[in-house]
Amino acid sequence: MAGDQANRLTSGGLIDRSTALSFRFDGENFLGFKGDTLASALVANGVKLVGRSFKYHRPRGILTAGSEEPNALVELRSGARREPNTKATTAELYEGLEAASQNRWPSLNFDVMSVNQLFAPIFVAGFYYKTFMWPAKFWEAIYEPAIRRAAGLGRAAGVSDPDHYDKAWAHCDVVIVGSGPAGLAAALAAGRSGARVILCEEDFVLGGRLLANGGTIDGLPAAEWVARTVAELEALPDVRIMTRTTLFGVYDGGTYGAIEHVNDHLPVPPEHQVRQRLWRIVARRCVVAAGAIERPIVFAGNDTPGVMMASAMRSYINRYAAAPARRIALFTNNEDGWRTAETAIAAGLQVAAVIDARPDVSPAHRSLASKGGFPVLHGSVSAVDGGKTGVRKISVSLTGGARAEVEADGLAVSGGWNPAVGPTSYHRGRPKWRDDIAAFVPDGVPPGMAAAGAANGAFGLGACLREGFEAGAAAARDAGRSGNIGSMPAADDEIFSITPLWHVAGKGKAFVDQQHDVTASDVELAQREGFQSVEHLKRYTTLGMATDQGKTSNVAGLAIMAAVSGKSIPETGTTIYRPPYVPVAIGAFAGHHRDENFHATRLTPSHHWAAELGAVFVDTGLWKRAQWYPRAGEKDWLESVTREVKAVRSGVGFCDVSTLGKIDVHGPDAGAFLDRVYINAFSSLAVGKGRYGLMLREDGIVYDDGTTSRLAEDHYFLTTTTAKAGLVMQHLEFCRQVLFPELDVQLTSVSDQWAQFSIAGPKTRDLLQEIVDPAEDLSNEGFPFMGAREVKLRGGLKARLFRISFSGEMAFEISVPARHGEAMARNLMIAGEPFGVTPYGTEALGVMRIEKGHVAGPELNGTTTAGDLGLGKMMSTKKDFIGRVMARREALVAPNRQVVVGIKPTDKARRLRSGAHIIPKGETPGPENDQGYVTSVCFSPVLDQWIGLGLVERGRERIGEIVRAHDPLRSEDYDVELCNSVFYDPDGGRQRG
Amino acid sequence: MRITCPFCGERELGEFTYLGDAKPQRPSADAGEDAVYDYVYLRDNIAGVMSEHWYHGGGCRAWLKVTRNTLTHEISAVEAAAGAGAAKVGA
Repeated sequence: MAGDQANRLTSGGLIDRSTALSFRFDGENFLGFKGDTLASALVANGVKLVGRSFKYHRPRGILTAGSEEPNALVELRSGARREPNTKATTAELYEGLEAASQNRWPSLNFDVMSVNQLFAPIFVAGFYYKTFMWPAKFWEAIYEPAIRRAAGLGRAAGVSDPDHYDKAWAHCDVVIVGSGPAGLAAALAAGRSGARVILCEEDFVLGGRLLANGGTIDGLPAAEWVARTVAELEALPDVRIMTRTTLFGVYDGGTYGAIEHVNDHLPVPPEHQVRQRLWRIVARRCVVAAGAIERPIVFAGNDTPGVMMASAMRSYINRYAAAPARRIALFTNNEDGWRTAETAIAAGLQVAAVIDARPDVSPAHRSLASKGGFPVLHGSVSAVDGGKTGVRKISVSLTGGARAEVEADGLAVSGGWNPAVGPTSYHRGRPKWRDDIAAFVPDGVPPGMAAAGAANGAFGLGACLREGFEAGAAAARDAGRSGNIGSMPAADDEIFSITPLWHVAGKGKAFVDQQHDVTASDVELAQREGFQSVEHLKRYTTLGMATDQGKTSNVAGLAIMAAVSGKSIPETGTTIYRPPYVPVAIGAFAGHHRDENFHATRLTPSHHWAAELGAVFVDTGLWKRAQWYPRAGEKDWLESVTREVKAVRSGVGFCDVSTLGKIDVHGPDAGAFLDRVYINAFSSLAVGKGRYGLMLREDGIVYDDGTTSRLAEDHYFLTTTTAKAGLVMQHLEFCRQVLFPELDVQLTSVSDQWAQFSIAGPKTRDLLQEIVDPAEDLSNEGFPFMGAREVKLRGGLKARLFRISFSGEMAFEISVPARHGEAMARNLMIAGEPFGVTPYGTEALGVMRIEKGHVAGPELNGTTTAGDLGLGKMMSTKKDFIGRVMARREALVAPNRQVVVGIKPTDKARRLRSGAHIIPKGETPGPENDQGYVTSVCFSPVLDQWIGLGLVERGRERIGEIVRAHDPLRSEDYDVELCNSVFYDPDGGRQRG
Repeated sequence: MRITCPFCGERELGEFTYLGDAKPQRPSADAGEDAVYDYVYLRDNIAGVMSEHWYHGGGCRAWLKVTRNTLTHEISAVEAAAGAGAAKVGA
C-alpha cells in the first residue's frame, strides 16, 4: 500500500525517523522522513516509475542521487509556485510536498504518447530537420504545436511568481566548492591559516560522498570526522559555510556566481524571506572540490526503471536507509562499483550477481562473492527485461561468447567516474584525458583556481584529503595568509582500477542521454552523416543539451563517437563547457528588480504636490513627470492640455523642469572649454546672460542642446536634455579629462541639487514679484531676455533666475535648492492665485514648443545635423569644436537633406499623426518617393488645428507646397501644407516683452 | 570583471562604462579631414593586449586608461586619464 515505506531499512541513515513527513506524488499520499529528498522518499516507498521520457515517452525511474539526474524530473508545488523540471534527487522533502510527474498523458502508468516508441525509426537524430521540412506552411500550423505537445518537459506556472529573490555580494580569500573530504580538508587548511573562507555545498548536509560511502579518517568513522571538522570550521571566525548553495559560474577577475536555495526546502518561504539568493562571490582563490560524477554504461534497456548508478544505490541505502531493490545485480568495469555490493550485503539486501567487465577481480572481492553466495560473471549486460514496474531479468554476454541470465529487481551500474570539470573549464579550458582513470581531468583552469580530490581525478579517500588540504593551504598562502595549518587529516587510499567500457552492442534502444532520449545508434548515425565533431554531434543529436547538461552522458557520447570514427577519445575531445552548472531561475538573476522595482524611479521635487493635485504622470527615462493636471468635468487629456496651454498663453502657468541635466562648470578655462564642446561660442557670453547651445558628436551629428548661463567670470551653469543628462556628463568629462586635459576647468553634476520651474505667460512678472524680493528689478531693462543671475526671494532664500522661454511666452525659469522645490510649487500656487496661475505638464510644454517650432527629442534623433534643424548658422567658423570637421562632409551639407519644417493638414479638421510619410502630390507612395516624415504633432489651441514638425527633403525651400501625408500603418492618406516651423509669434515679440 | 580604479580601488565591472580604443588621438584643429576621419572611424580589431578607455561613472567619474587582454580579459594596468582628478596638466 502507499505510504508504508516498505523499502525503508529498519536502521541507519541520516534521516530523522521521529519526524515523519507526508507528501503527495501524482495525487497519491506517501510518508517520508526529515532528511529525505523526494527521490529517497519515493525509493523508500517502492515507487520506481517517476516520469516519461522526452521523445519516446518511455517509462523512467531514478538514475542518480544528485544534481546530475536526467530522469526523475517533476513539477514541484502547485499554482503560482509550480516549478517544472525539478530534480527529485535534490528536492528536499517537506511536510505537505506536492509533486507531479511530467511529460505523460493522461497518466504516468498509461501514457498515450508512448506509441512514439513504435515510430522510433523516424525519431532518430536530426528528425526535426529531416521530417518536418516540407511543406513550409505546415510548420507553424501543424508540426510545431504537435511537437511541443508531445515532446515537452514540465509546464511553467503561467502566472506571476509570488516569491522574492535576492542578490548579494560576498568577498573572501578562498572560496571552496564542495564539502566532501577534499573540500572539508581544504577549508580546514585555509581556515586555520586565518584566511576568510566561504565553503559552498549544494546539498543540505555537509560531507559529500562520505555520506554515502563512510570510511575511516584520522581513526574516526567518517560521520564523526565530518562532525568534528564542521565544528572546528564553525568555530573559526572567518569561515562561512553555505549549504544549499551551488557555485554555477566562474567569471573574470575571481568573481563566482552561486545560487543559494534559501527556502526551497519549505512549502512557502517565511514572511519577509526570499526563496533563493543569487550570490556574486569575489575571491582571491578558488578550490574546486566538487567531486566526480559516476557514469553509466550504455546498453540495451539501460533506461529501465530500477537501473541505477551504483553510487546512487549506496547513497539511498547508507544515507537514506532506503532500498532501491531487494535483489540487486551489479554491472561494473571498475573496482569502485564493488562497494555497492558490499553496501547491499551490509544492509541485508541480496546480491544477485556481479557482472564485471574487467578480466580480473581482486581476491578480496572473490571472497566477498563466495561469502555472499553470489556469482561473479565476467562480461557485460546486453539486455534488460522489464518495463514500467522495473527490472525483472538481466541478460549477460559472458567473455568468450556464452550467455547468462540474472534475475534481479534492481541493477546497479558503474562505468567509472568523471571528475566534475565544469567549473574548471568555464574559461574555455579543455580538460585533458587520463588513461589510468579513463577520464577527463581539469586543464586550462581559470586564474586563481585549483581542483582537488575527485574533481581533479584523485579518487582515493586519502588522496582527496591530501589534495584538498594542500590546495586549501596553497590558496590561503597565495591570498597572504600564513597561520599555522596544523596537521593534515589522513585516511587509506582505495585501489582504483578500471577497464574502460562505454557501450555494449545489443538489440534494443541503448540510451546515452536519457533526458533527451539520445541513443547510441543516434551517435553512430551522426557519425555516418558527417557530424563527427563533438560540437556537431551535440547539436545534431541534442546530446547533452537538456537541463542536466549531459552530466551523465557527454563523455559516453563522445567515447562512442571516438570508437565509430576510429579516433582516440582525446582526439575527439569535449565540447566547450559553459555556465550555469545547474539551472538557475531567471527570477534569481532578476532579484528584486521586477515590477515597479525593475529600475529606479526618480521623483521631481514637486512630485508629491503634483500627486495631491491629481496629476497624471508619465515615465520619461527613470523620471515620473506630471503629464497634465486633469480637472473635474474634463472629458479627456486633450481638453486638459488645451486648457493648460490657453492659460499660459493668456495668463501665467508653471511647470517643473527639474529633470533637465544641470552641470556647474567652474574654472578660469570654463569658457574656452565650452567653446570646444558647443558649436557656438560661450567665452564671449557676458556674465549675467544665458545662451542656447548645440553640441555635436565628433562625427558631426547633433548630440544635445540646452541653455547655458554665465553666472560669474569663471562659473557657467549648463543644462542638458532630460534624456541625455547622464550621457552628456560622461561626454563632457571625457572632453575635459582625455581630450583637453590642459584646460583648468571642473564639472559638477547638480541635477539633483536644484529644483527648477518654468514660469510662463504674460502675467509671469506679476507672479514673480510676489515671490522675489521687491528689491530685485524684474523689468525688461533690469532683467532682459536671456538674462541670468542669482536673486533673493522674499524671506531671504537665494535662487537662480533665468529669463529663458521654451513656450514662446514671456517666461522665467527659477531654481531653488531641491529641498525647497515642493515649497516653491505650493508658494507659486498661493502667490499666483490672483492671476489664475495654472500648473502645466509635459504635454502642454510639448504643445507650446511645437507651436514655437523648437526642436526636441524627435528631431534630435541621432541622424540630424545642425543644418537640418535650421541651426547651421550657429556653427562658429572662428574656433575648433567637437564635430566641426566631420559636420562639413559633403553628404552632411547636401542641399537635398531632410530638414525641419512645419506641417499642417489642409483640412483643418483632420488630425495629423507622427510617423506619416511625406510623398509629393501625384506620386506613388513608396521608398523611391519618400521625402521624409512627420516627427512631432500636437493640437494647437492657438491655430485651432493639428500641427506638426517634420523632417522633409529641402523642406525650407518648399514652404507653401501641398504634399501628401501617407500613413500606411493607420491606412491614412491626406494633404498637408509645408509651412514655417514657427507657428506662433514668429518674430519673438512675446518672449522679449 | 573587476577594475582597480586609481582613485577608488578595486571595483566591479557594473560601475564602469566602456568606450573603446584609447590609442587614437584627437587631431589638432588644423589637421585635415582625412586625419579626423581616421580618428572618428578607423579602429584596429585587436586580439590581445589593448589600451582602452573606461569611465568610472558609478564611482569617481574618472576616465581611465585600462590595459586589457581582449582574449583573456586580464587587466594588466589601469591609469587615470591625463586630466582626471583636480589637477590641470602642465600647471
